[in-house]
Amino acid sequence: MKKSLALLLVLVMAMSLFVGCAQPAPAPAEPTPAPAPAEPAKEPAKTFGMVTDTGGLGDKSFNDSAWEGLQKAGTEFGVEPVVLQSTKQEDYEPNLGNMSQQVDLTVGVGFLFENAMKAVAEQYPDKKFGIVDMVVEMPNVMSVVFKEHEGSFLVGVIAGLTTKSNVIGFVGGMELPLIKKFEAGFRAGVLSVKPDAKILVNYTGVFDNPDKGKEVALAQFANKADVIYHASGACGIGVIQAADEKNFWAIGVDQDQSAVSTKNKVLASMIKRVDTATYTMAKAIVDGNFESKILDLGVKEEGVGYSDGGNNVSAEVKAVVEKYKQAIIDGTIVVPTTEEELKAFKPVTLQ
Amino acid sequence: MKLSTVIEMKGISKSFPGIKANDNINLSVEKGEIHVLLGENGAGKSTLMNILYGLYQPDEGQIYVKEKAIRISNPNIAITLGIGMVHQHFMLVQPFTVAENIVLGSEPKKGTSLDLDKAVKDVEELSKKYELKVDPNSLISDISVGMQQRVEILKTLYRGADILILDEPTAVLTPQEIEELGIILKSLVNQGKTIILITHKLKEVMAMSDRVTIIRRGKVIDTLHTKDTNIDELAEKMVGRKVNLQVEKSDKQAASPVLEVKGLKALDTRGLEAVKGVDFEVRGGEILGIAGVDGNGQTQLLQALTGLQKPTAGEVLLNGKEITALPPRDVIESGVGHIPEDRHKRGLVLNFSLAENAILGSHRNKNFRGRFGMNYPKIREHARRLIHDFDVRTPNENVEARSLSGGNQQKMIIAREVDRDPGLCIAAQPTRGLDVGAIEFVHKRLVELRDSGKAVLLVSLELDEIMSLSDRIAVMYDGKIVAIVDAKDATEKKLGILMAGGSLQDEK
Amino acid sequence: MENKVSEFKARLQQNTKAIAYPLIAILLSFIVGGIIVAAFGNDPIVAYTAMFKGSLGSWSNFGETLVSVTPLILTGLSVAFAFRCGLFNIGAEGQFIIGSVAAVWAGWAIKGIPALLHVLLVLLIGAAVGGIWGGVVGWLKAKVGSHEVINSIMMNYIAMYFSNYIVMNLLNEPDKAFSHAIADTAKLWRFAETITVFKGSRVHMGIVVALIVAVFAYYLLNKTVRGYEIRAVGFNPYAAEYGGINVPRNVVLAMFISGVFAGLAGAIMVTGIQFRVNNLFGFTGYGLDGIAVALVGNNHPIGVILSAFLFGVLQKGGPMMQLKGVPKEVVGIIQGIIILFVAVNFIKVMIERYSEKQKIKKGSVEGEGK
Repeated sequence: MKKSLALLLVLVMAMSLFVGCAQPAPAPAEPTPAPAPAEPAKEPAKTFGMVTDTGGLGDKSFNDSAWEGLQKAGTEFGVEPVVLQSTKQEDYEPNLGNMSQQVDLTVGVGFLFENAMKAVAEQYPDKKFGIVDMVVEMPNVMSVVFKEHEGSFLVGVIAGLTTKSNVIGFVGGMELPLIKKFEAGFRAGVLSVKPDAKILVNYTGVFDNPDKGKEVALAQFANKADVIYHASGACGIGVIQAADEKNFWAIGVDQDQSAVSTKNKVLASMIKRVDTATYTMAKAIVDGNFESKILDLGVKEEGVGYSDGGNNVSAEVKAVVEKYKQAIIDGTIVVPTTEEELKAFKPVTLQ
Repeated sequence: MKLSTVIEMKGISKSFPGIKANDNINLSVEKGEIHVLLGENGAGKSTLMNILYGLYQPDEGQIYVKEKAIRISNPNIAITLGIGMVHQHFMLVQPFTVAENIVLGSEPKKGTSLDLDKAVKDVEELSKKYELKVDPNSLISDISVGMQQRVEILKTLYRGADILILDEPTAVLTPQEIEELGIILKSLVNQGKTIILITHKLKEVMAMSDRVTIIRRGKVIDTLHTKDTNIDELAEKMVGRKVNLQVEKSDKQAASPVLEVKGLKALDTRGLEAVKGVDFEVRGGEILGIAGVDGNGQTQLLQALTGLQKPTAGEVLLNGKEITALPPRDVIESGVGHIPEDRHKRGLVLNFSLAENAILGSHRNKNFRGRFGMNYPKIREHARRLIHDFDVRTPNENVEARSLSGGNQQKMIIAREVDRDPGLCIAAQPTRGLDVGAIEFVHKRLVELRDSGKAVLLVSLELDEIMSLSDRIAVMYDGKIVAIVDAKDATEKKLGILMAGGSLQDEK
Repeated sequence: MENKVSEFKARLQQNTKAIAYPLIAILLSFIVGGIIVAAFGNDPIVAYTAMFKGSLGSWSNFGETLVSVTPLILTGLSVAFAFRCGLFNIGAEGQFIIGSVAAVWAGWAIKGIPALLHVLLVLLIGAAVGGIWGGVVGWLKAKVGSHEVINSIMMNYIAMYFSNYIVMNLLNEPDKAFSHAIADTAKLWRFAETITVFKGSRVHMGIVVALIVAVFAYYLLNKTVRGYEIRAVGFNPYAAEYGGINVPRNVVLAMFISGVFAGLAGAIMVTGIQFRVNNLFGFTGYGLDGIAVALVGNNHPIGVILSAFLFGVLQKGGPMMQLKGVPKEVVGIIQGIIILFVAVNFIKVMIERYSEKQKIKKGSVEGEGK
């Protein structure tokens, strides 16, 4: 009796572990993709699909945004896009491989696909691939990267103009050069309008743990931060939850995250048009002008920007932000991308 | 004796998977008698009583209580019919007081809360009425096993039982307590109660009962008036063949000491001293019996001797060589066989096959090694020989030890330990839970071992066993050996006094 | 002679049962899984076809399935081996991680030795470090008596963060979230290099190593004195102690060996597939899957091979079902159901109960006849 009980317990534990680790992604907010595609009866249209990282659909950020772009292209060109969600990092390679056998263009969403993309693109030289957020220089790969520092600069300006405590927080995911770019641009933006503001910077070390995001955000709030910007993937969900609980402002990332907040505490979002990126790649393959190149999308190309889904940014603030935006487009402001460049950066005051 | 039948069970049959526990059993119990159900382990006595108490439903048959046909579908019905049962393992709440335990389930209430004063008063009255002395306010965990049994009996009386079923009531008692139980039962009968006693001990049948019904393999063999029968007849009916209850033992001169124990001390699991300085020796060609009530340090003494726990003081010599505090492996290898007191916990790996169990302790022996790893064909052959020589009833040597009956499991252990040809054999409770046939076998083997010049240390709670096997008897009480007497001079009464902590001087 | 024949028959019957029950369970679970797929509005036939084609339909797919199977065999063995000594090794995960980090170090830092030697050395180091990681848990259990489940879970976290520290500092590939790659001499031979049918799959010598290790584990457990002692401790430590078996020593040893298997799994993933270690966001899952593999495999080394294969098919076939439009979550549910059905052994219980009932009925009818 005792033994069987113990076994049952073990079993339950094992199951929860197994299922738990196989499905690290939070439940998807939007309905799961439509069932099996109806075979296009007429001409064999070019098809496309994407492989998510272990965050998966439902991250309300990167993967979802990429999927939106493909879906938009899908409706436009009458093609049903395919998505494959990865459960393990080791699966990126076979997943890309399998996808490429099914569709004409395979998009890997995220910089983590770098090595897998290189291997698979080499293995299937006659197939086309796209990678977002990372440069893979191969003859059959199109790479799209963003000038996130520019978008971050803009929300930095918003944060600087909004803060009352004069303390602003930044929550990063893993401490990588890519995320450092967000930080540098953001800080430059804040300093341009509030040179005396204090900026708290923390990194969670991961991208997929909302609890950690929340923990760090609460700590920053405890240190008087009243506006917190995050560039931390799914950790950001926790940052926004904290904002709801403690009534401070959060700034979203990658796509408009105002819907994540239940109390409309997302001040604005730095939007990275991953959907533009995936849409562009899908369009290229359908139009037949796909080529190996690197697209670096900035404010000018409307690859990055800010959004105000919650209507929380006042008209005055918006007016100022627009001025800075124009200055970046004109090239009068060069937004720093690293700690060093930030030190050299001279805040520009525009009125 | 009034001749009114209070219980009548007719044509009772009950099957469990693979066994027919009760097969067309007829039993009638008359008012005011002590009726014994006699049978070996697994004969079906307890099943029959569990049916009467409503714990099981019979497949077939009818029960009449006080001449009314009745279906007893659960114990509550049995209780309202005036049937009470005292199980072999007491069902008492340890941290509760005697009174609380007795009223448990039918508590006197004051408003919504327990009326403890009334409970105590009720218990005192009940205790007086049936001359069952208990202290209503002491905790169960503080009183002796014999007292706990009284509490169980009072519990059934409190619920208005006039038919009491006692399942193996003497298994846990000292000889004195058994005697007292006999008196209690007699007085209960005098007050108009009827008692059904389940046992496999023949002496108690003769001492306590009016009538006896013998059950063998689920069938009633016979019902007899106790005064018209004798132990040998009962034994034969119970086992199904003639049994020699007397241990045949020749006189033999003991040789030099094989085991010497000097000033041995050991702790129990709570860290209290359980063995408080013990001295004795066992000589070649003799059986030294250690008598004592359970929990007087026997377990710790044996563990300290066999290396299963480290003694805190003293020394142990085997053939003059010190083996104090050696690990079990070295103790085994220096020639000590050990039949442990708990065969399921220590003696066998129940999930192992018999073959694997047959080499436990000697599994490192070169004889069982092959070129790569263990030589399983050889191990199985060895096991087959033991199974044959010691008459272990099993389909083959590959079945799990778990699947064997208790008696056959014990035979396997004894086979293993005796076959190792140890200079010293420590036998702890070697016949616990075995039936008469198997007991006879085990006793014969131990005497054989002694006759071949080996030393045997026997520890048993069964005084009869100690008295019939031992050459000398050491009585253990409260962690000490209070006396060592020659078996010829020992009587049950004397030993009983010593076991209870008395001294023989007081007696005189 | 007759005895032997009947004995053989009994064994055969037992083994047939041992295989038949899980097979029926798998079949049933596929049916239930199919119903669920249908309930989500997908065609179960299409989904299952995709799964089996994707995992077994071609040599290269089969090869990729073996890629998943390889670490699962080893982590499954790791859990199963400890279990046979009565220990529940939740720590295969940590042992896997630490084994893979050690392998990356050995594959990167050691240079200029022949390929075969280098690979073997890397595997050995990974296995040894995994063994030590497991041994620590065993030692704590044996000496202090602290529970191995708690300790091995803690050791998992330590392994993960320790690994991340090393990957991001000592072995860090500049500006990347992963370590240096191992030298070419430290890489396991991939079948596709010479066997052309495997082209397009990454299947490598690791599967052979895993199979050999499984056979070794079987032999160690069932044919040696050491295995006898470990099993005795696992079934009944009191009886083992009584039989002169040093229980603490066997506990430490069993945990060490268990860790060796898991560490080797990590090393094989590095030398065969990844060639490096990533900064981990969370547990890799291999060690945790090993628990389920061992359970389904009934903690028997050969059972573990079969169950790892089942898991491999599920893991490899899962994405294929996704490609056919079955949501990832449903794929997970199907996998869970299959494991549940097999692991709880309920087919066996049902059948045995039924036949017992029949027996009793028969028995009582006979009784009446008399």
